[in-house]
Amino acid sequence: MAMLLNEDEKMLAETAEGFFADKSPVKQLRTLRDNRDDTGYDKGLWQEMADMGFTGVLIDEEHGGVDMGFMAAGLIAEQMGKNLTASPFLSTGILAATALKQGGSKEQKAEWLPKIASGETIMALALEESRKHNPKATNMSAERSGNGFKLSGQKGMVIDGHVADQMIVVARTSGEAGEMDGLTLFLVDPRTNGVSVERTQMVDSRNSARIDFDDVEVNADAVLGEVDKGGEVLGAIVNAGRAAVAAELLGSGGEAFRQTTDYIRERKQFGVNVGSFQALQHRSAHLYSELENARSAVLMALTAMDTDAKSAELPVAMAKAKLGQVAKLAGLEGVQMHGGVGMTDEYDIGLYLKRIRVAQELFGDANYQMEQIATMKGY
Amino acid sequence: MSDLKEFREQVRAWLEENCPAEMRIPMKGFDDACWGGRNYEFASQAQEDWMRAMGAKGWTVPTWPKEYGGGGLSKEEAKVLKSEMKRIKARSPLSSFGIWMLGPALLKFGNEEQKKKFLPPIARGEIRWCQGYSEPGAGSDLAALATKCEDKGDHYLVNGQKVWTSYADQADWIFCLVRTDPKAKKHEGISFVLFDMETPGVEAKPIKLISGKSPFCETFFEDVRVEKKNLVGEKNKGWTIAKYLLTHEREMIGGMGGDMRPLSEIVAGTVGLEDGKLADPMLRAKVAQTEVDEWAYMLTLNRKLAEAKAGASLGADSSMLKYYGTELNKRRFELMMDAAGHDGLEWEGERSNDGDLARMWLRTKGNSIEGGTTEIQLNIISKRILELPGA
Repeated sequence: MAMLLNEDEKMLAETAEGFFADKSPVKQLRTLRDNRDDTGYDKGLWQEMADMGFTGVLIDEEHGGVDMGFMAAGLIAEQMGKNLTASPFLSTGILAATALKQGGSKEQKAEWLPKIASGETIMALALEESRKHNPKATNMSAERSGNGFKLSGQKGMVIDGHVADQMIVVARTSGEAGEMDGLTLFLVDPRTNGVSVERTQMVDSRNSARIDFDDVEVNADAVLGEVDKGGEVLGAIVNAGRAAVAAELLGSGGEAFRQTTDYIRERKQFGVNVGSFQALQHRSAHLYSELENARSAVLMALTAMDTDAKSAELPVAMAKAKLGQVAKLAGLEGVQMHGGVGMTDEYDIGLYLKRIRVAQELFGDANYQMEQIATMKGY
Repeated sequence: MSDLKEFREQVRAWLEENCPAEMRIPMKGFDDACWGGRNYEFASQAQEDWMRAMGAKGWTVPTWPKEYGGGGLSKEEAKVLKSEMKRIKARSPLSSFGIWMLGPALLKFGNEEQKKKFLPPIARGEIRWCQGYSEPGAGSDLAALATKCEDKGDHYLVNGQKVWTSYADQADWIFCLVRTDPKAKKHEGISFVLFDMETPGVEAKPIKLISGKSPFCETFFEDVRVEKKNLVGEKNKGWTIAKYLLTHEREMIGGMGGDMRPLSEIVAGTVGLEDGKLADPMLRAKVAQTEVDEWAYMLTLNRKLAEAKAGASLGADSSMLKYYGTELNKRRFELMMDAAGHDGLEWEGERSNDGDLARMWLRTKGNSIEGGTTEIQLNIISKRILELPGA
């Protein structure tokens, strides 16, 4: 069990740390937000991430990637979480890359993977349909029509949906809501007739969209993987998403904690540093312990993804559960321990609280994961 | 590698020959442990045979040097031994504060004569040790200890009282923190001495705990004569050894298990499953939560030990491991009691194995007190890891 980073991984972690601290500090997110940027991400940064090989971290060399695996992807995601970096890394580099790798035909891979690796194409996963993550409940229909399919329904929480060049849409070709069987994945161009995209401004100032599909016609070759058998590929996609988000949460939670600890070391009240109060010290020490456990959970999940993604489902669910809880605690305690200034927009701690709230929700919150864990473990 | 393979075969054959069948049934609880010592009453001939055989091989302490009674095994060989023992479900041949605590301290701080004299009988289970640390006025504030140790020329004279001395009534010798310089600052006047519990003036009285058991004693010293050669390390520098041992103790308590089966298996075994689920949704959620936390904690324990092996010392992280591990263990037993309901409340009788679960549940309450309370561990993390300012 590789719980310690090897030399290559250490080097990558350091490179990523320097890269994002330099190219994408928190003020970049503030600028995007305050300028009400149309794209919601920094195109220059995305291109530089491509040049660094980050966008193609999961893509094999044959398709222009660097094929470094999930540990590497997680180390990158952690640094992005630390700096609240807004970029299509999750939507495109993780979710779409996994979808194509797992389900794509030879032609689909050849067409799209190099474009992801080069930073040319942004892709988005249109999956969620209700308040909470629930892939089985997918209800959006895809009926056979002529030579292809006709898609109808609504999707929400589509990360980077309004800037995507291409979408991966999860729809039901047979069966009923509540079953993984009968789901099919489609590659859909958002410019197709009947697609309407509404950018949704979210609490974390990051990209998300609601997308309506009104009798959207696609050809048969738009199917990614097999008809009715999309559940398995979808499982791999959300699993990859959970692992990456857990790593991102480790970065955000850890940084929220660091900023908080720095703050209480300096802030004076009653003539002393408030960090000298045991009421804050014990909660900080507890949070430190939880963050150490959270780090172990992420390392294990990433290791498991690299070893055998299929059997990684349980450790990934456990890591996502743990990180959802621990990062949330870091955000909450962060604002509370900052006191009044924690409520101000000027301090970054609030931005962490907000991003953590969103990230812990993605691909199932801790309650969802706990339910899955109990079921997988047979109780 | 082929050497290791050969070694594995030898170990396997030796264990096959020497590990009695009775010692291949997992222990039910701490009561099944073998403690050894001068006057120890073995639970069975098998228990004694197993301890003596392993002790003679030095495999009770596989990595200690041979000249001190150890097995002289490399880390890799010790791993092989461990895995072979696990394979046949062999019990630990000897539980011993000598092995866990004093031995490592002597190996690090003892002189050659002390190592030669004290370590081999520990390895063979012939001498049972107890630890004289806490006092009525020195619990969390251990360095406030007041047991007096006076220099009487050719010997020391010890007067005072210890408390929470584990199994002092059954131990043969004690390793003990005493004050040798009452005028120095509290951390700087402490020494580490060893003496026989049969020395005149030593008296140990068991303390009855809420579990009904008495693993601890109050221990009194009245004009106890201690040989000068039994001072370990430098005089007045005993706090260094104390700290080293406390770190050891924390790692030990933090990692202590009891029933090592997954919690969900224990709970499901108690309440049963309906349609493959624990029927009580709240209990199910709490079990899942605790299993996630236990999983992450065990990974952290392994990671920190691996980091320590790779060079970075464990340092104050032992406080984090102790804190989190003991609190988890308490949660685990709370849930086991929740699951057991009325049955778990039985205190006597065969059905409950004399209240085994209830008594273990109560025992775990001490985990976050002994070896430095949870609150002390959190203080240490704040100060030494987070570098938060002092009050």
